[in-house]
Amino acid sequence: MSALRVSSALAIALLVGCFIYFNSPAPRPARSAPVKPDKDRHVAPDFALKDVNGKTVRLSDYRGKVVLLDFWATWCSPCQIEIPWFVDLERKNKDKGFAVLGVSMDDDGWESVKPFLAELRVNYRVVIGDSETAQLYGGVDALPTTFLIDRGGKIAAVHVGLADRRDFEDGVQQLLQSPAPAADNSVSSAALNAFTLRPE
Amino acid sequence: MPSLFAQSSGYLTVGEPRKVAGKRNAAVQAKIPVSVRPGFHVNSNTPTEEYLIPLKLTWTSAGALEDGSVTYPKPSLEKYEFAEKPLSVYTGDFELVANFKVAAHAPAGPGAAVGKLRYQACNDRACFPPKTVDVTIPYQIQ
Repeated sequence: MSALRVSSALAIALLVGCFIYFNSPAPRPARSAPVKPDKDRHVAPDFALKDVNGKTVRLSDYRGKVVLLDFWATWCSPCQIEIPWFVDLERKNKDKGFAVLGVSMDDDGWESVKPFLAELRVNYRVVIGDSETAQLYGGVDALPTTFLIDRGGKIAAVHVGLADRRDFEDGVQQLLQSPAPAADNSVSSAALNAFTLRPE
Repeated sequence: MPSLFAQSSGYLTVGEPRKVAGKRNAAVQAKIPVSVRPGFHVNSNTPTEEYLIPLKLTWTSAGALEDGSVTYPKPSLEKYEFAEKPLSVYTGDFELVANFKVAAHAPAGPGAAVGKLRYQACNDRACFPPKTVDVTIPYQIQ
């Protein structure tokens, strides 16, 4: 067999393999996106949502801080694994310019969420999200979906599904050690879609 | 091969139930085939944790049929990385059984009982918002 035919066969096998992998209905491990280089980051879309006290919370209020933005729900078991990690991250880093912001996607809002927060002793701010908020972030469907946002308000990493605790810890530390980049990249839903993994 | 009449809603598909037939006051059963997408599971009708959303079939219009209690299959207890204890779930193909009684004054002829099946699905890393899928059971009153 000539080298050309071998190369062609390998290329076809690779394409077929990729096709099968990305079209497989079987679950794949969540992609643990590394902290992206600054040039590849896009501004996290701003939103205004209410916290448990009825106070309006805007993501832009957090500009200058590293933010872990967690989309979750009370009916989501994998979310419950991650929440204690975020409680710990908040406790250890809140005085270093870091904040966790939870966005609950529960349809019944505070009725389910409030007792849940008390039970898990959540020490960070939580707001109730909606489909509009989910769409802003590329159509969040799989929960948990977590965004790491740098001090300049740009999305540095996204984790879809249960991630590794160390990915969050390392990502947060990396972002805390970096100077605030200039927030000049514009955001678009298409850009977010490009790096949001959807298991569907 | 999935039925042309199957109702799908992402992670779960409801097949077409066979038409049930019965006389007035008779007890009739309808078997509803359900299929969960490979690699996913749905909570059973009796989840192991209070916060989990159960599989639930409710009737919006039963027509000439009464009762409509649902018999759910025995769930399996599966262990997932994201939960400390095994979860009570359904996977793959299974059947729900709807138990009806034909109304005493039901007019003879065809009709349909219509309901909604609510479920909440997960895979081994993530969970997805609860969804509902329509269920229609055709019947013939003799």
